[in-house]
Amino acid sequence: MARKVSTNKKLIITVLAWAIGLLIFFPIFWTILTSFKTEREAILLPPKFFNFEWTTENYGIVQERSDYLRFALNSIYLALGSTFFALLIAIPSAWAMAFAPGKRTKDLLMWMLSTKMMPPVGALIPIYLIFRDFHLLDTRFGIITVLMLLNLPIIIWMLYTYFKEIPGEILEASRMDGASLVKELVYVLTPMALPGIASTLLLNIILAWNEAFWTLALTTKDAAPLTQFIASYSAPEGLFWAKLSAASTMAIAPILVLGWFAQKQLVRGLTFGAVK
Amino acid sequence: MATQQTRTLGRFAVAPSVISLFLWMIVPLAMTIYFSFLRYNLLDPNYACSLMHPDQLLDGANRCLAGFTNYTYFMTDPAFFKAMGNSLKLVAWVLAISVVFGTLLALLLDQAFYGQAVVRLLMIAPFLVMPTVSALVWKNMMLNPVSGMIAYLFKSVGLQPIDWFAHYPLAAVILMVSWQWVPFATLILLTSLQSLDGEQKEAAEMDGTPPLSYFWYIVLPHLIRPMTVVILIETIFLLNVFAEIYVSGTAGTAGNLPFLVYQYGLIANDIGGASAGGIIAVILANIVAFFLMRMIGKNLDA
Repeated sequence: MARKVSTNKKLIITVLAWAIGLLIFFPIFWTILTSFKTEREAILLPPKFFNFEWTTENYGIVQERSDYLRFALNSIYLALGSTFFALLIAIPSAWAMAFAPGKRTKDLLMWMLSTKMMPPVGALIPIYLIFRDFHLLDTRFGIITVLMLLNLPIIIWMLYTYFKEIPGEILEASRMDGASLVKELVYVLTPMALPGIASTLLLNIILAWNEAFWTLALTTKDAAPLTQFIASYSAPEGLFWAKLSAASTMAIAPILVLGWFAQKQLVRGLTFGAVK
Repeated sequence: MATQQTRTLGRFAVAPSVISLFLWMIVPLAMTIYFSFLRYNLLDPNYACSLMHPDQLLDGANRCLAGFTNYTYFMTDPAFFKAMGNSLKLVAWVLAISVVFGTLLALLLDQAFYGQAVVRLLMIAPFLVMPTVSALVWKNMMLNPVSGMIAYLFKSVGLQPIDWFAHYPLAAVILMVSWQWVPFATLILLTSLQSLDGEQKEAAEMDGTPPLSYFWYIVLPHLIRPMTVVILIETIFLLNVFAEIYVSGTAGTAGNLPFLVYQYGLIANDIGGASAGGIIAVILANIVAFFLMRMIGKNLDA
């Protein structure tokens, strides 16, 4: 009897959870669906769910008219570039703070975190002027630098919490056996740290891909990523919903896939290790 | 114990990130503070300072000291009160919505049901959507008063559709920002719920503890800390909401403090005024940051 009640309860919860899940996901689902409609059917009421004429022409038109690939390429460059350079300087730092902590290490970590609290508008004007004077506006190099610095504290923190979990004794043992520091880093630490580094990389790519303050303020054309590409659809193309949907789908699809793999890392990275 | 050699090496390893972060934080902030005390207009450098004595000009760009004029000007601008109000309303509403719904959804997802993993993915998805996409999708396909989905639902139950962006722009912005941040709260609270001791739950079940008091005495105390984390982190991000307002074209009515600074600086070219606004935003964020840092610092010891 008790068993029966709990199965019923499970069924009710299943229905409820699916209903809410689908409701929350609906705008994304609707966007993807609309991207396969013709413009006429996209704004038709009552809305058509599956019984419309499927077409992929919107994707072609979006690429042709607004050069999607150029923006997508910029997004890839910015996300990968900023992640790569950030990891390059963050890995040694996190390593040092986790395995050779000094008296000031904790303060240093807290200070790094505090740089993340600075609202971007506090730095917008000087950065804009510096970029203008050094001809960095709308260059990939300039934006990569900003995105790298922006996410550096999160990356160091995340790596630090991962490195902390590696027992220091193993490193010491290798040192006793006469391994040089370089060897210790490459052969002992790296293999153990790789999962943590991979998660950090994933999180940073997501954050850099979706960053929409600096990319909107500092790019116009040459270095403009997908955030800017979508912003250009706010008018007048915003009236063409099928094309807007196709553009949106192409802008979010890669990150949706990545993000679904990185759920756990998202929590850890964004809470600075406070919730694991 | 770390040797002297590794410590020296450690310093070298930490140096690049410390130096770059230091420059990234201090240089722009110092410049913003400096600019905030200047009369400095990018387009028309001569006008603002033209009445002054040539000795009072600072350089060739005809910048001159302004004292606290930028601050008094910015803070007496009616747009400032509006922007400040919008900023605070946006933060307060989205926080309330994401904590309440985040907790409810996390409790739901923590139950056993069919297709748990898939539903979890569906619920997290909005957080991964680029803010500019979210703004355009909501503005057009969802909230458009003529052919939007919500207008359709209103009409099908016989209600008058609402032109959200014309009449309730802030509510519309709150709705789309919440859509992105409720999943974040859910994800964090769910992660924390799953670390709740299973034995405690079993013991409570065996003792026949009513679900409500189980929630009140066991679950809620366990969730207080992650809730605080959610509140603090969301506040930092929500104070800086920009793209949603930029793209949805609600700047005039729902514009917040970051947007006002952007307008002062990059649209009106008033560098002095924008810098003063930037400093006000920094002070506001620091008040929040103070609490967040204490919270995370405590956790570092544990």
